[in-house]
Amino acid sequence: MIVQILFYIFAAILVVAALGVITARNPVHCALFLVFAFLNSAVIWLLLEAEFLAITLIVVYVGAVMVLWLFVVMMMDVDVEKLRQGFTRYAPLGGLIALVVVVQIGIVVWVRGLGLEETPLPAPKPAGHSNTAELGQLLYTQYLYPFEVAAVILLVAIVAAITLTMRKRPGQKLQDVSKQVAVRARDRVRIVKMDAEEKQ
Amino acid sequence: MIPLSHVLMLSGILFSLSVAGIFINRKNVLLLLMCIELMLLAVNFNFIAFSQHLGDLGGQVFVFFILTVAAAESAIGLAILVVLFRQRRSINVEDLDAMRG
Repeated sequence: MIVQILFYIFAAILVVAALGVITARNPVHCALFLVFAFLNSAVIWLLLEAEFLAITLIVVYVGAVMVLWLFVVMMMDVDVEKLRQGFTRYAPLGGLIALVVVVQIGIVVWVRGLGLEETPLPAPKPAGHSNTAELGQLLYTQYLYPFEVAAVILLVAIVAAITLTMRKRPGQKLQDVSKQVAVRARDRVRIVKMDAEEKQ
Repeated sequence: MIPLSHVLMLSGILFSLSVAGIFINRKNVLLLLMCIELMLLAVNFNFIAFSQHLGDLGGQVFVFFILTVAAAESAIGLAILVVLFRQRRSINVEDLDAMRG
């Protein structure tokens, strides 16, 4: 019962945070509302017994991705007023479409039922149960190749992001590694043969 | 325990809010990307709810991969956005008509 009450509280906060994301005037506020939404979803995932993913969401999303977002948002001085032209004009259309989507999903979930009511609610896991261990076991056996592919995707993302944003400014002092490696001793040191000096 | 239909409904509301956000903020690329993040979060809710309800951890593994891909997507998206802002000094969608698509 307490789990259900907590779920409704955090779900309400989550919806409010999502509303904040889409309506806030300042992009920085939008990003902070998104952080708030992620935190609330992490709590709800905890209630849904996905402990590892809840912590991952906080560490990866709130800790890393959203900080990146905030950096980028603050780096650009965006003309907010110009970007918000037509906000009130398109708000009714957006609201209408949101309503249609909610009604459609509601029809599928409540009216059609999906046969959800026939399957009983799962019993809560026992106290010593480790979600992380189970997930790890699955990830490193059955889903090993997808896991490796995910690693490659992250690597590609790193390389792509760096190559996209790196730029050469004029007058910048950079090491040219291939030139450094190709240097021979005789390019740098000149050995001069000469007679010994007379003693004075 | 939390009924499955309530979680599905929450995820539906979250998804529809982000769809509305895409319509409302259709000039700001930054906010469009944020709305996509929110959509992915809503989809993850479905996976986790079904995973718990059916007692199958495959759903959680899938969420793990979605998180990975979403992180990669936002990193590359932001990199493109930074390059774009450097070139045009603007992130207005209406200014991005070089390809006349």
